Parts: sequence; structure tokens; C-alpha cells
Amino acid sequence: MLKMTNKKLILILALGAVASIVLYMLYDLNPAIFFYQIPSRAKRVAAIVIVGVAIAVSTVIFQTIVKNRILTPSIMGLDSVYVFIQTSMIFFGGASSAILLNSKANYFVSMVLLVIFTLFVFKFLFKFTKNNVFLLLLIGIILGTLFGNLATFMQMMISPEDFLILQNNLFGSFSAVDESLLWITGIIVLVSILFVLKDFNSLDVMSLGRDHAMNLGVNYDRKVSQLLVIIAVLVSAATALVGPMMFLGLLVVNIAHEVFSTYRHVYLIIGSAMISIITLVFGQMIIQFMFDGGVELSIIINLVGGLYFIYLMLRRSKI
Amino acid sequence: MIKVRDIAKSYGEKKVVDDVSLSIEKGKITSMIGPNGAGKSTVISMITRLLDKDSGEVLIEGDNIFTQPNNELAKKISILKQSNHLELKITVRELVSFGRYPYSKGRLKDEDHRVIDEAIEYMELEELEDRYIDELSGGQRQRAYIAMTIVQDTEYIFLDEPLNNLDMKHSVQIMQILRRLVREKNKTIIIVIHDINFASCYSDNIVALKNGKIAISGTKHEVIKKSILEEIYEMEINIQCIFGHNICIYFDDQIGDVTENDAKEYAQTVQHEQLRA
Repeated sequence: MLKMTNKKLILILALGAVASIVLYMLYDLNPAIFFYQIPSRAKRVAAIVIVGVAIAVSTVIFQTIVKNRILTPSIMGLDSVYVFIQTSMIFFGGASSAILLNSKANYFVSMVLLVIFTLFVFKFLFKFTKNNVFLLLLIGIILGTLFGNLATFMQMMISPEDFLILQNNLFGSFSAVDESLLWITGIIVLVSILFVLKDFNSLDVMSLGRDHAMNLGVNYDRKVSQLLVIIAVLVSAATALVGPMMFLGLLVVNIAHEVFSTYRHVYLIIGSAMISIITLVFGQMIIQFMFDGGVELSIIINLVGGLYFIYLMLRRSKI
Repeated sequence: MIKVRDIAKSYGEKKVVDDVSLSIEKGKITSMIGPNGAGKSTVISMITRLLDKDSGEVLIEGDNIFTQPNNELAKKISILKQSNHLELKITVRELVSFGRYPYSKGRLKDEDHRVIDEAIEYMELEELEDRYIDELSGGQRQRAYIAMTIVQDTEYIFLDEPLNNLDMKHSVQIMQILRRLVREKNKTIIIVIHDINFASCYSDNIVALKNGKIAISGTKHEVIKKSILEEIYEMEINIQCIFGHNICIYFDDQIGDVTENDAKEYAQTVQHEQLRA
């Protein structure tokens, strides 16, 4: 009976995701610029689906590994590092630097550096802190603050014109996404997910913890290393494509946990991917149709996600 | 039979397990006893490959444990560690089903469901099977975990302090189940246990560890002896035979001014009354 409800919920969420996409595509179409509007909206929808799925999948797996529902790669300092990378480019290269202006070069440099940072955090800090969640969170916040402050410091030194150019890259946004990068990210995300797909069942076993997983014949340590690489690639690709969306993963995965109340990754992963798409599409509609593009999407997501984060912390401390 | 040869483990300078060798007899309950920090859990974790050892080898039916595929090993050896705290929304039945993972890889067949039903019945968990694990009492949860190991259907079952945090009634219940598993299913069970009287009453063989070394290993009659136990635990321990079991009395003898004679007399009266009844 429980299974039926979960399957139904997935179906409802999938329908919701499709409905919200259709609504976004058709809302307030202007026949005069119809041929401009449709492709431009389709491109944003594609970016939303790719990023939404990448963030949702990576956050679910990450939280299974660290056994904690308030840690996400973004909260562990990844977003600040992205801001730091963008600022460094303009600080050292100037506003006219090739890397900054060429969106492909920017994408690849950002992505490679983010993967390196994430893998460093995962490989060394996990061993160093012996997987102590509080120590990890603390170090993550310190790293985030460090890179955030370094970036702020450099931002103070650059000219106001340069800063305005920089600012465009600092907020997560789906408005100006390069089409060829969309394809590349899409392929990266698809390949990573295919790797995870055959592992849904062993992810379930891993959520029991290392001892139980080893007992049941899962090569836990090797699996964790593989999965961490996949997480690093997914998060970095998504962030390099659209910019930081700090609280997105936290928000959608926790909602999925509350909706499904199961340990099974089939439901959790697909469910959070759907919730992620719905959240982003509605967020996009709000900024595009209500605020006429005056606000960046990441600001809305972070407002809602941040409030939810505080709520989670308060609820935790009560228990 | 499992043969352990010279396994060792150090953390920094400190040798936690110092060249331990032992063999585990099939179809018996073997208890591991010893003071805190003697290395009991570390030895068990190394034998069951949860923890990497620094040196030595573990042979199961003559084959090295570390050259075997993880999944095949999971059909031969199961290990249940102490303090199983899960923050998962998972029901008793779902937890027990995990025991079939080495066989089914998560896709349960009719045969798997049959084994799961059987284990749930065996551990008397029928009424709890749809409850969430975090709603259970300590004893019920321990039974659910043991049901999971039964479902795993391994020849060797390792349990690290299965009686931890259980009261007498539930402790006895768990030990009776273990004896039943040995008797009816011919399992080989190895437990780490703190209460030497449980070890004395319910096991066949006892391995005693002290400071990372084997102090003594043998049948329970060879190990439960005053001189041996006093040396291991560094305290006065008196042993009385009550109902055919060697019971260790290790409480401070100042309490209530009980002399050894009083104790002997009391034991005899109890025995007489029991016989009369």
C-alpha cells in the first residue's frame, strides 16, 4: 500500500513538473514575437531541467553519504569558491579578459577548478575529520567565508565598471545561457546519472551506514569515492552553467524527504528532481512575469531556501 | 572453521591488538570476554573485514577472507555491530529485507519473501513488522537487527555486544534465540559480551582478551575459573556452581556483610528448594 502511494506521488509530481513547464512556455505569448519567445523559453526550460536534476541527484546522494540532511555541497563552500573564481578572473585578467568574456572558456575553467576544490574537500577533509559532520560543516563554513572574503576584497579593488560586469556572473540565473554549453552540461549530467542509475539499490544499502553496507557485501569505501566524484562533477557543471543556487539542493531534497517519508532512493532521487524542476520553473515565472526580470532567480531561491534552512535548524535543536 | 593468524592493529604508537591468533569452532557459540579496551571489538571488526588490519590473515575454510569477492563473503559471514542508531524512515520488514541483499541485489523474489517471513516469525516480530524502527524499544530493535542477520543466512554470525542496553529478560531472550540458531540451524555464532555470567551460561567456548592479547581460549569450563578470571579482570571473583552453571560473584563482599559461607549456604538452600519443586 505504501509503495502505491509513493508511486502515485511520483506520478503527481511528474505531471506537476510537465504542467508547470507547459504553463511557463505558453504564458502571455505575444504573437508578434512568437518565434523569438518560444525558443528562448525552451532554452531556459532545458537549463532548468538540467540544473534542477543535477542539483537534486547530487544532493540526495551527498546526504546519504554524510548521513545528514542539512549539509549540501553548496553549503560546504562550493558557491563561495565559484564567486572567488569569477572575481579572480576579472581581477587578474581585467574586464576584457578572454576567459571572462568567452563563455565557453569561463565555463570550463570554472568547472575544472570547482571539481578540483570539491574533490579536495571530499578526499582530504572527510579523512581528516573522520566524517564528523559538525566539524565538516564548520570547516565548510570557514572555507566559504575565506573564499567569500577574498572575493569581496578583490571586488573592492576593481573599478566599478568591472564590478558591474562581474555582478552579472555572480547570481544564479537562467536568462543568458549559452546554447552549446547547455548541450555539454546536458551530456555530462546524463552520463553521470546513468552511472548512478544502476546503483539505486546499493545506495539504499549504503544509507544503513558503513558497517551494515560492508556486512551486506557492498564495497562501501570504493563506492563512496566513486559517488563523490560524480557529485563533484554534477554540482560543478550545474554551477558553472548558471551560477550559484546555494539553497536549492537543501530545499528540494528536504521537501522530498517530507513528501515521501521513505529511505528508498528510487523515490527520493526522482521525487527531488521533479520538485527541483517545479521550484525552478515557478521561480523563473515569478522573476520573469512578476518582476519583469528585475530580480535574479537565485535571490528568490535563496530567500525561500534560507528561511527553510533556519526552520530545519530550529526544528532540529528542539528534538 | 575460521582460523585467525597473528592479526594486529595499532593506532599511532598504541598496539590495540597484538598478534592475536585463534580458531573458531563450527556449530558452537564462542564468547569473547575481557575488560574494556582489551580489543574485543577491534578483533571482531578485523575478522569480518570492517576494519583493515595491519598484519596477519583470516582464513575461512582455508581460504583467505580478503581475496574473496565482497558479495560472496556476505553469504558466509554476517556481522552486527553495537549501537545501531538509524535516522531512517524504515519499517521492521524493510530492514529485515535488507538481509537478502547479497542474494537478491534489492529485487526480492518469492524465495526471498519466504525467508523474510520465516525470520520475522522466528524472532516473533509479526506484530511489529510494519512499525518504523525508530518507534521500537531497545529489545525490539535488537530483535529486528538479528532477524536481518538470520535472513542473510550465513554460516557464521558475529555479534558485537548484542545485549548492550537490554534488561535481563530481553538479554535471556536474545541468548535463547542464539542457542536455538545453533541447535536448529547449525549456525556458528561469535559474540562479544561483557557479562561473564551470560558467557558462562550460554556459550560453548570462551576467548578472553586482555591488553590486545589472548589471555586464554578454550571451552567455558576451562576459562571460567577463579584464578584465571581474577588475573584477567584484576579483581576478586568467586565462582559458585548454581543449577549446573558456573556463576561468577564479583560484587564487593563488604555489601551486606555476606561471607563466602553465607553465599554457599544460600546457594544450597535455593538448590534444595528447586529440587523439591
